[in-house]
Amino acid sequence: MTASVTRVYRFSASHRLHTAALSESENARIFGKCNNPYGHGHNYELSVTVHGPIDPQTGLVVPPAGLDSYVEDRVLRRFSNRNINKDVAPFATLVPTTENLTTVIADLLRAEWPFASDSSSVTLRRVHVQETPRNGFEFILERPHVPELNPAPASGLLKR
Amino acid sequence: MFITRKAEFSASHLCRIEGWTDEKNQQTYGIASNPHGHGHNYVLEVTLEGEPDPVTGMVVDLKELKEVLEKEILAPMDHRFLNYEVPPFNRVVPTAENIALEIWKRLEHGLPPGRGRLHRVRLYETPDLYVDIGQEDVAR
Repeated sequence: MTASVTRVYRFSASHRLHTAALSESENARIFGKCNNPYGHGHNYELSVTVHGPIDPQTGLVVPPAGLDSYVEDRVLRRFSNRNINKDVAPFATLVPTTENLTTVIADLLRAEWPFASDSSSVTLRRVHVQETPRNGFEFILERPHVPELNPAPASGLLKR
Repeated sequence: MFITRKAEFSASHLCRIEGWTDEKNQQTYGIASNPHGHGHNYVLEVTLEGEPDPVTGMVVDLKELKEVLEKEILAPMDHRFLNYEVPPFNRVVPTAENIALEIWKRLEHGLPPGRGRLHRVRLYETPDLYVDIGQEDVAR
């Protein structure tokens, strides 16, 4: 028997939507108040869904503490109480829309995914980021996780 | 079309394997292994899939679904200590995964044959932890 398990995490961070590829006026027109010069913050809510067999002895798909510490290490410590544009590497050049944030978080989680083994295939199935109570963004990972030597860009493997 | 009905029950549980050391139980289940148990307000979402009846416009009679949920899930589990009072949790660890699976089995058995087929059971143990069981998880 298998199951999907979802854990919800929270972090607060600031961002500014702005791209050097566009003029000041185009940035202001496209991003609106999200382009205000000093940025602004959100209480983000991150849902991580894993799928795999229910261990017949423990009754668990994955030990919650193991998933929590992995998400903490890969994601939360990088983003929590940070300025995403300045403190999180890809966003020096990548606009920190929550679409991009969700992609980057999915990539961070996939990159060193520790829960798949020869005997059990616990996969990352879904990453959902709620930017505000009204705006949510989600990646569904259609394919089971396959360890890769040279990970392709998320767009190649992830379906929105 | 999908139709989802929600229900809540409150219960105690304890995640612990007899014969394991306290340390190993703690490593596996964390504070959920504290020996005297603890409780949750479980929230259950049951989703059926089907086409609406051309005459009634309903996939399922919600009153009937409510009664099945009451009989199969809420009456036996609400305000109970799952490990001590609700089989099979006297021998199966009542993790959210196992409770969701047990709920799936009880509903599959209890739901009347009709237009609505059980599609998904979602069980929230807390607002921050939930488990989904779907056809893909049991069709083997």
